[in-house]
Amino acid sequence: MTPAAPDYPRPRSPLHLFIAFTVLALQGFGGVLAVAQRELVDRRRWMTREEFVDAYSVAQLLPGPNVVNLSLMLGDRFFGWRGAFAAISGMLFAPLVLVIVLAASYNQLASFPAVAGALRGMGAVAAGLILAMALKMLGTLRRNPLGPVLCALLGLTTLVAVTVFRAPLAWVVIGLGSAGWCIARWCIARREHGR
Amino acid sequence: MMSTLPLADLVDLFLRFLMLSLLSIGGAMSTAPEMHRFLVAERGWLDDAEFTTAIALAQAAPGPNVLFVPVLGFQVAGVVGAAAALVGILLPSTLLSLGVSRWGAQRRDAPVVRAFTAGLAPVSVGLVFATGWLLSLPFIAAPDHRLGALALIAATMAVTLKTRLAPIWMIVVGATAGALGGV
Repeated sequence: MTPAAPDYPRPRSPLHLFIAFTVLALQGFGGVLAVAQRELVDRRRWMTREEFVDAYSVAQLLPGPNVVNLSLMLGDRFFGWRGAFAAISGMLFAPLVLVIVLAASYNQLASFPAVAGALRGMGAVAAGLILAMALKMLGTLRRNPLGPVLCALLGLTTLVAVTVFRAPLAWVVIGLGSAGWCIARWCIARREHGR
Repeated sequence: MMSTLPLADLVDLFLRFLMLSLLSIGGAMSTAPEMHRFLVAERGWLDDAEFTTAIALAQAAPGPNVLFVPVLGFQVAGVVGAAAALVGILLPSTLLSLGVSRWGAQRRDAPVVRAFTAGLAPVSVGLVFATGWLLSLPFIAAPDHRLGALALIAATMAVTLKTRLAPIWMIVVGATAGALGGV
């Protein structure tokens, strides 16, 4: 990723990045991705929706947790490796302390029905956040060189492979991803040829 | 839970997780079956219930789901185990990602790199829809509180799409509704 337009808001320092990522990580119940999109794109405007989809696509294909890779790319873009380290530390440190404390006190907590109910409610909100994020990402495909039909075909095949056939994620990403890559190369080459 | 593991075993755990890091395409969760094989079946350091609890805790707590990995390490060998597991699962993948993203950033206008992100974008969108669907499924499948849960999911979507409200407030509403038995 290259830096966005100069008038774009940007973090002031690695510490600012660390705090921003801590704030977003602590809101990420049931997954951080949707919250990351919300905080980084909708609220802080450090990335555009298109940049977010690009970064997420690359993060998806690389080994490692997607949100950690995404934090790393954004941090690196603003402050090099210091930014990458600040973003990842922010993403992981506070939640790590919290989850270890939870693990240490798990046996006492599990006996309260209200706790189980609260977890269910948080899970439902997490599902809603992810679905809303998917709808927002859908809009970014409008400018995709593949065109609407091929995009829909590739997206739906992915959806069915994962939800209906429960295909292993690595296979889906490598298989359909490389198919998408080849088709996109062909589309881009044809379009530039036609100019 | 705070059992002290011999140093040789701790190093073994660290090296195993280093290796798994490079295989964790699509997230650390994709290596969970392999971790189960190693920690439960091969070494007997954890039982099935402890393994499942680690994943459930990480999903319930805020933060990335990869945090189930340090919880597994914590269950095996306390805080040192947590550190070994987390650094092991993240270090190789993080260095690789940093290298690849810098390489890609310098060539972002090359047709090959543009085709890469363009071709992958629909797959990514499909995966996020799939995740949303899989997360909603338990609420649709359970007959009690189905309406409450579906209403909460729909309300969250509407608020997210129409406002700039921070997610934490939606989480608070969800947790309260759930604690009161409405979801």
